[in-house]
Amino acid sequence: MGSQWLFTLTYGALVTQLCKDYENDEDVNKQLDKMGYNIGVRLIEDFLARSNVGRCHDFRETADVIAKVAFKMYLGITPSITNWSPAGDEFSLILENNPLVDFVELPDNHSSLIYSNLLCGVLRGALEMVQMAVEAKFVQDTLKGDGVTEIRMRFIRRIEDNLPAGEE
Amino acid sequence: MADAVLFEFLHTEMVAELWAHDPDPGPGDNIWRWLLPLESWGQNMNLSVLESVGFRVGQALGERLPREMLAFREELDVLKFLCKDLWLAIFQKQMDSLRTNHQGTYVLQDNSFPLLLPMAAGLQYLEEAPKFLAFTCGLLRGALCTLGIESVVTASVAALPGCKFQVVIQNS
Repeated sequence: MGSQWLFTLTYGALVTQLCKDYENDEDVNKQLDKMGYNIGVRLIEDFLARSNVGRCHDFRETADVIAKVAFKMYLGITPSITNWSPAGDEFSLILENNPLVDFVELPDNHSSLIYSNLLCGVLRGALEMVQMAVEAKFVQDTLKGDGVTEIRMRFIRRIEDNLPAGEE
Repeated sequence: MADAVLFEFLHTEMVAELWAHDPDPGPGDNIWRWLLPLESWGQNMNLSVLESVGFRVGQALGERLPREMLAFREELDVLKFLCKDLWLAIFQKQMDSLRTNHQGTYVLQDNSFPLLLPMAAGLQYLEEAPKFLAFTCGLLRGALCTLGIESVVTASVAALPGCKFQVVIQNS
């Protein structure tokens, strides 16, 4: 009992509340992503302060830090890194088990819900603060009957300091 | 196991997000909302949303307690349990004091409530404090509910980061 359940149970109650507040799963997914982003842009400071990792020189180092340091620190799991693209700008995080879904079953009328979408927002927001524009999305989900949970990470571009993020 | 910091970040974001909740009413839902003065719509609605999210979490936490922990002889034992064991498990500290009038009202005081710590210590953010307490009020009410006790839980702040939770047992 305690803080490991508190986060998981609170997250579940939040998703339940959002499903009541929004009419369709797509809107809930967007809201989770946005909230995750807001958390990520602040979580990165906590992470950098506590982990003492130095600047990553490439996306491969970034992947290692995400899987072996960040996920371990915050969620107590170490996803494996697989399926690198030839250009080295995409990889997958494979989560054998996802702590967020420990007590969760998706009800039948929420087949489009990406339950753990907060994580994608957190990754996106945190990496933006270290000058990386990335896309993160779930491509497999144990909640939907897949064998594992897989997050696909794609490097979009480096964010220069003098440009606002996202400007074309 | 999720780091305690993750819960604090999630809680802060929930306060921000459920606070910004669109007050457009669903069909037939929450009719009482229309009876409130216009200025207080957002305020009351969003505190109750946060409180009810906390309530569900409190219930779920209560359901996961080991059975032997639940052999309480009397109501005061339950409140002591909340102040010591539950608070320690959730916030890594115990409640600082518990007082009661022995007639169903309890005041639980935390002089350094972790969810209030991110706010500047002092009085300047006092009016923001209820937003940061609503979830926890619900959590206490939910845990009590699972332990068979119906209650009303409110909170007040005199000086950040300290606060008091008032638990009034119903049908005492």
